[in-house]
Amino acid sequence: MTDSIYDVIIIGGGPGGYTAALYCVRSGLSALVIEKLSAGGQMAETEQVDNYPGAGEGIGGFELAERMREGAERFGARTLYAQAQKADLRANPKRITTDQGERLGRSVVLAMGAYPRMLGLAGEQELRGKGIAYCAACDGMAYRGKTVAVAGGGNSAVADALMLAKLCAKVYLIHRRDTLTASKVYLKALRENGIEILWNSRVTRLLHDGRLTGVELAEVNTDRRSKLACDGLFVAIGRIPDTGLAAGQAATDPSGYLVADETTRTSIPGVFAVGDLRTKPMRQIVTAAADGAVASRFVEEYLVELFNGQP
Amino acid sequence: MEMITVTQENFEKQVLHSGRPVMVDFWAPWCAYCRRIAPAVGQIADEHGERLGVGKINIDEQPALAGQFQVETIPTLMLFREGKAIGEPLTAPSSKAQISSWLQENGAL
Repeated sequence: MTDSIYDVIIIGGGPGGYTAALYCVRSGLSALVIEKLSAGGQMAETEQVDNYPGAGEGIGGFELAERMREGAERFGARTLYAQAQKADLRANPKRITTDQGERLGRSVVLAMGAYPRMLGLAGEQELRGKGIAYCAACDGMAYRGKTVAVAGGGNSAVADALMLAKLCAKVYLIHRRDTLTASKVYLKALRENGIEILWNSRVTRLLHDGRLTGVELAEVNTDRRSKLACDGLFVAIGRIPDTGLAAGQAATDPSGYLVADETTRTSIPGVFAVGDLRTKPMRQIVTAAADGAVASRFVEEYLVELFNGQP
Repeated sequence: MEMITVTQENFEKQVLHSGRPVMVDFWAPWCAYCRRIAPAVGQIADEHGERLGVGKINIDEQPALAGQFQVETIPTLMLFREGKAIGEPLTAPSSKAQISSWLQENGAL
C-alpha cells in the first residue's frame, strides 16, 4: 500500500475532507484521508449540530463525523490514522510524510481546518482545563452553577455565552470594543439571558491559585485595571488556520488562510484547499462540505490534464 | 483486543496486578473531546493488545478513582506498570501519534 499512488490524498478528516473523499471515490478516483485523531475535526467536539441540513432534531457532531467517514468509506475511501508531518506539494507525485510512513498522491486536498486562537497570557497553557477553556460546547458542563467569563465579541463568543448562560450561575462577556462584532440579533438574546457585557475591556492577566480564580481586565481607552472573579474563562477570540504543512509552498492571505477561490484551487497545481483553512466569508460545516464536493470536480479536471501531459 | 471497563472493584486486579502495562483513559459521557480520542484509544488497544492493556474509567461513575489520581481534566491518559503509575499523565492528546509516542517514551510500546 505504501508504494501505490493515490489519485488524491486528503489531509484532515473533517466535513470538508470526508466530503471531498466521498465525491472523489464516487467519481472513480482512489482516495486516502489522513486523519490525526478521529473524524470530524472541530465539528466532532460540537455537542449538537442543528444547522446542517437534515440534522432534524439535532445530531451530535461526533456522530455526524462518523457518518461522514462511513459514507466515504462505503464507496472505497480509505483512512490512515496518522499525523502528517511534512508535505512536498510541488513534487510529482506529491509526497506526504507521516508518523506511519510516506504516502504518495497525484493530487492533494488540504483540509486541516483551524484551531482556537489563544490570548497569549502567562499561565494560559497550564490553566487549560483548570479554568481556561476554548470550547463552551466541550467544557461548559464542568462549570455548571459557577461564574464564568467569555472573552470575545464575534458570533462564536456570543453563542458560547448563550450556551453557558443555560448552565452557569453568572456569565460575563468581555469585549474589547463598544459594539458587538456578532450579528445584531444576538444582543437581545444576551440581555434576555442575563449575560453582563463588559464593553471596551480586554483580559490582561490570569489570576489563579493553580486553578483560575479570576481575571485582570483593562479598560481599553483609559487602561484602568480591575479584577473580575470567575471560575472559568472561555476564550473565543477567533481561530487560526492549521496550514503549517503548506507553509512556504502555497500562498496564504495575511491571516494565514490558504488563498483559494470557489474552485478550491490553491497557488500550486494539483493542490486544493477546503473548509476552514481556505479564504472564504463563512466557515460552517455546510460550507466545508460544499468545498469538498467542489474540490472533487477540480481534482478530476487536474488529473485528466495530468494524464494528457498538460500541466 | 477488549477494552477493560475499570471500576473501584476491579482496579487492583485489572490495572495494578495486570501482567502487562495498562493505559487507562479517564473520561465521561458529557466530554466531547473524550469521544474524539476514544477511537484512537480503541485502535491502540487493537494494535498492541498483547503487550498493553487498555482500560477506561468513567469519572462520573468512579469519582474515587479520579480523586485518587487527581484527575482534574479529561480526557486524561495514565499508564500503570507493576502496580504503579509511571510517567506524566497525558491530557487531551491532539493526535493518535501523540498517544503512541507517549507510550513509547514510557516504555510501554
